[in-house]
Amino acid sequence: MASLELMGVRKAFGTTPILDDVSLSLESREFIAFLGPSGSGKSTLLRIIAGLETADAGEVWLEGRRIDTLPPGKRDIAMVFQAYALYPHMSVRENMAFGLRNAKVARDEIDRRVADAATVLEITPLLDRKPAEMSGGQRQRVAIGRALVKHPKLFLLDEPLSNLDAALRLRTRVELAQLKQKVDAAVIMVTHDQAEAMTLADRIVVMNDRRIQQVGVPMEIYSRPANTFVAQFVGSPAMTLANVELMEGSDFARVKLGDGSVVETHVPRAALPAGELRIGLRPEAVRVADGPATTNAKVELVERLGERTLVYARLPDGQAITAEDSAYSRLAIGDEVALAIDGAAAHLFGPDGTGYHRTAA
Amino acid sequence: MTAQRDWRGLLFVAPFLALYSLILVFPLLRGLWLSLNQVDLFGAGHFVGFGNYEQLLHDPVFGTSLLNTFEVTLMIVPALTVISLLLALALNRAGKAAAIVRGIFFASAVLSVTIVTLVWRFVLAPDAGLLGELWKALGWEPLPFLSDPHLVLPALALTTIWWSVGFPMLLFLAGLQQIPQDMYEAAALDNSNGWTTFWRITVPALRRTLILVVMLQTAAQLQLFGQSQLLTAGGPSGASRTAVLFLFETAFGRWELGYASAAAEVLFLIILAVTLTQYWATSRSDAGHGR
Repeated sequence: MASLELMGVRKAFGTTPILDDVSLSLESREFIAFLGPSGSGKSTLLRIIAGLETADAGEVWLEGRRIDTLPPGKRDIAMVFQAYALYPHMSVRENMAFGLRNAKVARDEIDRRVADAATVLEITPLLDRKPAEMSGGQRQRVAIGRALVKHPKLFLLDEPLSNLDAALRLRTRVELAQLKQKVDAAVIMVTHDQAEAMTLADRIVVMNDRRIQQVGVPMEIYSRPANTFVAQFVGSPAMTLANVELMEGSDFARVKLGDGSVVETHVPRAALPAGELRIGLRPEAVRVADGPATTNAKVELVERLGERTLVYARLPDGQAITAEDSAYSRLAIGDEVALAIDGAAAHLFGPDGTGYHRTAA
Repeated sequence: MTAQRDWRGLLFVAPFLALYSLILVFPLLRGLWLSLNQVDLFGAGHFVGFGNYEQLLHDPVFGTSLLNTFEVTLMIVPALTVISLLLALALNRAGKAAAIVRGIFFASAVLSVTIVTLVWRFVLAPDAGLLGELWKALGWEPLPFLSDPHLVLPALALTTIWWSVGFPMLLFLAGLQQIPQDMYEAAALDNSNGWTTFWRITVPALRRTLILVVMLQTAAQLQLFGQSQLLTAGGPSGASRTAVLFLFETAFGRWELGYASAAAEVLFLIILAVTLTQYWATSRSDAGHGR
């Protein structure tokens, strides 16, 4: 059975449209990430699901019950806020129990649930502390605990890792992944960090410009981006996009780059639309060649990342391209370099930005 | 403190210290000394020890003025606190209308006490006043607010509340705006109704502001003077004479400076004791909250 279902959700603040006809369906116990840049509408969508904002149109259903007409507290939803929003004058125990008390849960049941959640989150020694007496990481555990004790049907996490330092963020990411195995509910996490989305989510919902751009499992988002926005937003550094000319012949598209070099893609030719095409190349599809090369380029910047080296270069016709070299690259800025483009890993994009990919392996 | 202590630092605070001593410490000590003397403005006084204090103890006029002061303070402070909090809650929103109404409610605070009492004399006067007309319109006998000994203190309290409501409201508004919005969103998701949210989220968050308002207002109202002097001159027959009005009459009506100073010291100690007790009580309950 579907867990959460969004049907034609629209929202505008004044005359500024924020969400445009958003529909989505979650499987039960699914972990979904809303991924997108700021202003893409992802947080507004989360707040509409929580009931903190009202949609202008559309419906929200959770496990067969329409919830968009209910107040936030009656929706069977728990939310972990970006800044945690713990009640500062209440102890950890009271923070966690507050929602249950309001829901008139029996006293011993509350105690049991709080104790269970505290054990899972390893915050039992903190139960009598106030939020001000805890570190950021501890506060976040309490915020998660406050959501857990409610046994909700849906968890909402609003940028859960953004307020943590880098080391703690990695650790918490692992813990969130483990936590997900333990809870019997669907989870929606809002993030602008693709690494968080890729590592945690069962499926990613990429949002931009008031709309869902693509819904898919992480590797699908990465390897078969629906359009140029997804292609460029997911993956770091961003995919190279270059105008190409479609050449005659064969079942798969052969394209000519601006500098005249030819790339044999594995994209079926028959699927392609008429008009201007662009090729999409991830850095790993463009290698600094020691053997046969596709084209030559001039190195503009070399980034040594340790396990690999990124080479930002420019083709003779002025097109910027990002390539990859081995960890011990000897390249320097200004060098001429031969590049081998892996046509099998190339993507093509139509005039409207729609992505076309090799047939699934 | 080391032997090489640099005394030049003292030069920097010297101007302040000099002024502070001249206009604060000296008069304070001088007042204390005066209270131990029998003295008027026209000659050297003589030392009477605690004679003035003993006389105060048996002075029914002073006793009544203290009781009046307590009574009017008890009428004003709780009502003023609640009203200004309710106003702040109602007006804590964006928009032009709320801003205008906030301005209106604060406007009375910038008026001088003279104008305030003038205005309220017109409101309270039984024959032609606003309340009198209202009473008449309702078919009741107008109440003599300023000449009935049982009504004069409530009238004084009413005037004072109207005059003083702006500043506490402003403090509460500032306190309310400190509460992060996501606290209320978390409470909404925690199924908290308006009543629970008010008592469990808003009031605890406003604790410090509440304490501040109550302490400031208590200290201020125990010194209530202008309204009482201008509205009723303490009458009828001393029913609205406050402690500071007693001081004023004694010092500048009867020129008994020593006696007035003694009364001032007593009032000072009372205010100190009351505010310290409030402070102690609230910081103790703070400790009880695990802070």
